[in-house]
This record gives sequence, C-alpha cells and structure tokens, in this order.
Amino acid sequence: MTARPATDVDWGRVRAWGLYGGLTMAFIAAIGMVESLDARMMVHPVLSLGYLFLLWAPPAFGYAAAYEPVKEGMAAPAKGARDLVAGAVAGLLAGAVFGLFIVVAATFDLREVFVKLSPVLVDLLTFGRGVGFGVATWIVLSTGLGLVGGLLHVLPERGRAAVFNALAAVFVVALLELAVVDVLETFRLEAVERFLYAPNGGITIPGAVVVALVAGFVTLRTTGGAVLRFRSRYAAMTGEERRRFGVRWGLVAIAGLVVFPMIVGGLTNELLANVGLFLLMALGLNLVVGYAGLLDLGYVAFFAVGAYTTALLTSPLSPTLKPMFRLDLLTVEGWVVMAIVIAVAALSGLVIGTPVIRLRGDYLAIVTLGFGEIVRILFLSDWLAPLFGGAQGIRNIPPGYLGPIKVAGTSPQTIFYVVTIFVGIAIYVAWRLYHSRIGRAWAALREDEDVAEAMGIDTTRMKLLAFVTGAILASFSGMIFAVKVGSVFPSSFKLIVSIIVLVIVIVGGMGSIPGVVIGAVVLIGVLGGPTQPGLLAEFGEFKLLLYGVLLVVMMLRRPEGLWPSVQRQRELHQEEFLQDAWLKTEAAQAAARGEAPS
Amino acid sequence: MALLEITGLKKAFGGLQALGGVDFHIDDLEIVSVIGPNGAGKTTFFNVISGLEVPDEGSIVFEEEEIGGLEPSEITERGIARTFQNVRLFPDMTVLENVMVAQHCRTHTGVWGALLNTPAFRREERAIEERAKEILGFFGTRLVGYRFGQPAYVLSYANRRRLEIARAMATMPKLLLLDEPTAGMNPKETEELTGLIKKLRDERGFTIIVIEHEMRVVRDVSDRVVVLDHGVKIAEGSYEEVSSNPDVIEAYLGRPAEAG
Repeated sequence: MTARPATDVDWGRVRAWGLYGGLTMAFIAAIGMVESLDARMMVHPVLSLGYLFLLWAPPAFGYAAAYEPVKEGMAAPAKGARDLVAGAVAGLLAGAVFGLFIVVAATFDLREVFVKLSPVLVDLLTFGRGVGFGVATWIVLSTGLGLVGGLLHVLPERGRAAVFNALAAVFVVALLELAVVDVLETFRLEAVERFLYAPNGGITIPGAVVVALVAGFVTLRTTGGAVLRFRSRYAAMTGEERRRFGVRWGLVAIAGLVVFPMIVGGLTNELLANVGLFLLMALGLNLVVGYAGLLDLGYVAFFAVGAYTTALLTSPLSPTLKPMFRLDLLTVEGWVVMAIVIAVAALSGLVIGTPVIRLRGDYLAIVTLGFGEIVRILFLSDWLAPLFGGAQGIRNIPPGYLGPIKVAGTSPQTIFYVVTIFVGIAIYVAWRLYHSRIGRAWAALREDEDVAEAMGIDTTRMKLLAFVTGAILASFSGMIFAVKVGSVFPSSFKLIVSIIVLVIVIVGGMGSIPGVVIGAVVLIGVLGGPTQPGLLAEFGEFKLLLYGVLLVVMMLRRPEGLWPSVQRQRELHQEEFLQDAWLKTEAAQAAARGEAPS
Repeated sequence: MALLEITGLKKAFGGLQALGGVDFHIDDLEIVSVIGPNGAGKTTFFNVISGLEVPDEGSIVFEEEEIGGLEPSEITERGIARTFQNVRLFPDMTVLENVMVAQHCRTHTGVWGALLNTPAFRREERAIEERAKEILGFFGTRLVGYRFGQPAYVLSYANRRRLEIARAMATMPKLLLLDEPTAGMNPKETEELTGLIKKLRDERGFTIIVIEHEMRVVRDVSDRVVVLDHGVKIAEGSYEEVSSNPDVIEAYLGRPAEAG
C-alpha cells in the first residue's frame, strides 16, 4: 500500500469535530462546572477537576476527527501522519472556538443570561494573566492535546488500551480518594496514603506516575479479550457445570458481601446502603417494566407507602396510632409490622392499579405519574395532616432490631446488611417468578397484549399481580429507608425518585437482574441518588446533567442496557441474530444429514 | 344441539355494518369454511366469536352457554382458540415458550408454588414442556429439536403459520378458528396444510372453522361452506352447491353486463 500524504484528511470531519470540541468546552465552562469543580484538586498541585473537565475534550475530539469509518468488506485505511494532522487541526479549531468564548466572556457582561459567566471564571480560564495570554495558551494547549488524540489513533489497539487505562486509573484513584483512604486506614497503611495523596486532597505527582505505570504495565501484560473468552467458556458449559459454577461464585459473592462492609468505613457503608435501597426498588420496578412491560412512572408512591406505614406503626410521635410497635425482625411483633407493611403496599398496588391497568403505553405512564404525585400530595396535605403529619412528616422513628443487634442509620453497616438480605429476597422472587408460568404470561403480555388475552391469559389479573409484587418490593425499601433516616417527609418522595429508579432499570438492562444490580451500583453508587451523594459527591450540582448524558449515550450506543436480558437483546438486534440463527440452522441441518460442518 | 350456535349476530363500526345479522352453527367434529370477497366481514366474525370485539346484537351460544361479550381469555378458557390472518406470534419468545405460554389457562400454579418451588409446581412445569414438545411434534420435524430454543421471528413464514396453529392447539380448545391458514404459502406447503387440517380433526378431535381464499383448500377440507358478503350470509351448503350458486358468483365476479 502506498503511503498517504499527510494532507489526505477528511476536512469536513475535522471541521465538525473541532467545532463540537470547542462548543463542548464552552458549554462546560458556561454551566459553571469549571468554577465549582476547581475546588477539588485531582493531581496536586497542577490539575483540578474543573480544568480536567475542559482538558479531556481536545484529545477526545482530536481522536474522533482522526477516526475513519471502516467500510464493511474493505481494508481498514492506513494510518500515519494524516491522523496527527487531523487531530492537531481539530484541536486547534476547538482551541480557537474556546478562545473566542473566553474573549466574549471577558469583554461583555452576559451574566443576565448566563449566570455562571463570572469574573472568577474568566480569571480561571485566563490563568489570571490577561485575556491575550489565556487565549494563546488555550489554543496552544488544545492543539497539542488534539495532536495527542491523533497520536492515540495511530497507536496499535494494545498501546491505546494501555494509555487509556493508565489515565483512567489515575483519574479513578484521584476521584475516589475518600473511599481509598477509608480502606487504607482500615489496614493501617498510612504510609501508602501519605505517598499517594497530598495533605489537602489530590493525588501527588509521584503517586500519579506510579499508578499510571502500574495500570499501563498491567494492561500491556494481560492479553485482551478476557471477557469474550469467559463468555465462550461459559456458553460451552453444560447445565450441571453451570450450576456448580454459579453456586461457587455465588458463595464467593456472599462472603464478599459479608466481609466488605467490615473493611470499609462509615462513608462507604452509607453509600452501599443507599445503593441497596435503590436496588431494591429497581428490582421491583424491573418486574413491572422489564417483565410485564407496564411503564410505571409513579413507582415512588409505593416506596412512600412503605415508609409511612413503618413510621406510623413504630414512631412514638406518629399522630394517630398510639400502640407503638418495636420493629424486631426476630420477634412476632416485627413480623406483624412487616405483614402490615406488605398488606398496605399490596392494597395500595391494587387501589392504584385497578383503575389504570386498562390503559396502555404512554397513557399508562402519564396516569401512573399522576398517581405518584397524588400520593405525595396526600401525605403533604393539611387535610390528612392529623394522620400523616403534613409537611412536618413523622419524626423519631426508632431503630429496627435483629435480636440484640440495633439497625439504625447511625451505623450504616447494619442497614447495609439488612438491605442486602431484602435484595436477596427480591432477586429470588424475581428469578422464580420469571421462570414460571407467570413469568411467561408477563413476557407474552409485554410482546402483544391482545394476543396474550386471546391465548387465554387473564391480562388484567397478570398486570395487577406485577403491580402488586412491585409495590411490595418498593415498600420493603421504604420500610428500611424510614428506619435508616429516622423520619419521613413528603419531600423525600418526589417524582425524581421514580425517574431515577427507572433510569437504573433502563441503563442496567430491562428485564435483566444482573443488569439492574450494575445499574444501581453505577448510578447510585458512583453518581448518587436524588438527595444521596455518591462517590462523585462533587458532581452533586450536575448530577441530573450527567444522568441525562448517560441516558443519551446509552440509547445511542447500547439501547439494550449494560447487561441486557436475552430477550431484550434479541429484540434490539434482530438482524444480527437472524444471520446467526441462519448459520446455526445450516450447521444443524448439515449435522442432521451426517455431514461435517463446513 | 350444535357445538356453536350463532343467531342474528350484528356488529357495526361507525356507519359500516360489518356483520348484519348472521346466523351460523357448527356441529361437533365438523369442518366449516367461511368464504367471501375482501371486506365481507369474515375476520370480524372471528373477532366477535373469540371476544376481541363485542357484538352489538345477537347471541353466541357455545356448549349451551352464552359467551357473547365475555373477555377473550374467558372464551379461550371455555374452549375456543384462534389464529390470526396476519400471523401474530410472540416474536421474541422462543418457539417452545410460545407454545408453553398458551397453556396458561389450563394450568394453575400460582405465586406461592413458583416461589417455594413445590413438587407440584415442578411437575406442572415439566408437563407443560412435555405437552408443548408433543404438540410441536404434530408438524413433523419442522419445529422440533434445535428449533425449540430459537426465537419465533427467526422462522420462515410457513413455519410461523404452523407455530401459530400449534399455539392455538396448546390452549386445548374444542373449537379451532383458523384465519386464512394458507395465506402466503407456496402450493406444496398449501397442500400439506390441507392434509394437516383434516388430521387436526380426525386425530386430535378439534371442530374447525376456517376462513380461506384458496378454493382448492376449501373444496378439500370442508364439510360445509358458508359464504358471507357485506356482513350477510348469502349462501350455505356443500362446496359444489355453493360454487355453482349464482349469488356467490355475483358476489365474487360482479353481475354480467347484460343483466344490469
């Protein structure tokens, strides 16, 4: 193949990506991310999280500009100097656009519209040395980083992975400082801590270099495709082997779940408990949305019902019910509370479900959304204040007990254990129901409601069953939430809870239990819940933005979710599957004819 | 007493009288064809019997019980199953699951059985699977073996039609409603299905009403033919009687010019 001249570049592509890059940087600066995240030091003392949010753009967009789509059946285009040119030019363009933005922000007072365009921001962007210096620096920096992006594109797959993993490792270690310190302190490794982190936060430069080297080296040494190989190995296993495999790793996982909370500190446990609470809800919603195909946007209602029922039954301050129960799950009294919570949740599932169940699709979504709000407003109302305490809510909910062990928000570890038990129950329930005639009926219902009805499935009954089961699982979550927080207020049960739980299910993979678990860990654990901080507590202000970005990216790149269910994957990749099935059919028929597979 | 007795059945959609007072009956183990030009109301007729549409007027008596206006699932439970003109399988479920799910109204384990994994539940699950495999075996080797685990949308058109019949059989009906079972099939497949329809009655004991456009199939399978046009029954009798009936010829071909 003849070498391509360095000017053989798709200029349209370069122009577009350069422009996108500059606009992205301007957007990130304009919404205030740079300014508010500047306080968080990443690499001490040179790089703050705020700058990092700008600096990732030129290399990423430079890489995108250098990228050439490979046409099917054609040889991949040769790489070379042209990639560097494309990356650098895209970076230059991005820098120019961003420079223009800095000039505009410095010259005109646009704070009427863009409230975050403060002088402080301009100061940050120009490094406090005047607009001319700032703009020039950004253009040079951006061109250089764009060049790096192009360079990354030239590197072979392996090297690219090594660089990427090295950077990612530094980023993660710096970002998860609190959690890492937590673990290090449990093991009394203060020396490591002092080496890795600067006293006022941020990873030290030697620390960063070591982490990057280790991660890059490990990537280079391990051969790629481990996941793929594991998959094919798992696919080749027989039923019995799979079961043994499942039992073995299940035990390891359980042991891990028991031990892990002990070695991490309170903060991480708090986080895990929140993940558990949302996971419990997501598993319930997964039954409703993922299995039965009923889009319920008012799911928070059942969470609220569980929490309020628990509060009414146990709190000495509950306005109406004087007989106070002690929530001890090892005594009859605790089980009475549980039974009442289940009964009330099931009843509310029926009450909300019965009128709306005949609606379909979008209509069902809108009406359930309304019911979710109605429930919250009822709890908030003055009319029912004598019963539920109105805006004051119900306070002084006593801790729960497991025999002698106190389960309270003050020791998040206990909450985590309890929530894990309930998550286990929820997973078991979902798994058993899915592999029964009820699960099959739900699947049929999701695919074609009319035909399911015509094939003898009582669709109303099956839908209500899904609704009620989902409601009960959410009420468990509500019960633990009430005990954990110690008080319930109507403001804890806003629409956003329903939406976030739904996003967990969508991002994880509708109808897939491992998917929902991963979704909850990623979203609640890393980004944080509606009011609960995640590992990235700094992003609090921009959490919803990140949720949105994540959803859009997922819908474009992986609509079936992170860990999809088999059926959902079939649904969204019918064509690929058809080809696959055709090949398998041919092979099977050839085998039946007694021929060797070609 | 007839298995299904319909009198004065009417159904209108707005101003369109899809069914304008149809009388119909079918005896045990009979095969009756319903024919008629496009828009004659044949599919509406099936929809009303199977409960997907509620009749405006008239009675539908199945085994001496009025079933007009019941939910489709209740009608299926009483023993009437159908296929659809434009095949409507559960495309993302496997071939086997499609047939298993249709046994829903003949099985009973509830939530607790499934949760506790009781012996009764396991026995029933096994029985459901066995039955599904047995029913799919009715179609020869086409839907068995490696096909069990394939999603339904992978199947060829003819196989989808077969699977739909299998699914209807799995509800264990007495009366089977087949809506254009040979539409879109090639001549060989059509001929095979003709034999299959007879076998459905002779070996499996289903009473069958079939809507069909392919006249050779109608001739070969029918004990009796009913002709609908504009929602009204215009003729009834053996294939020979009906095919020479001037009203029927007019409905299909129009009136000869000199008579108009």
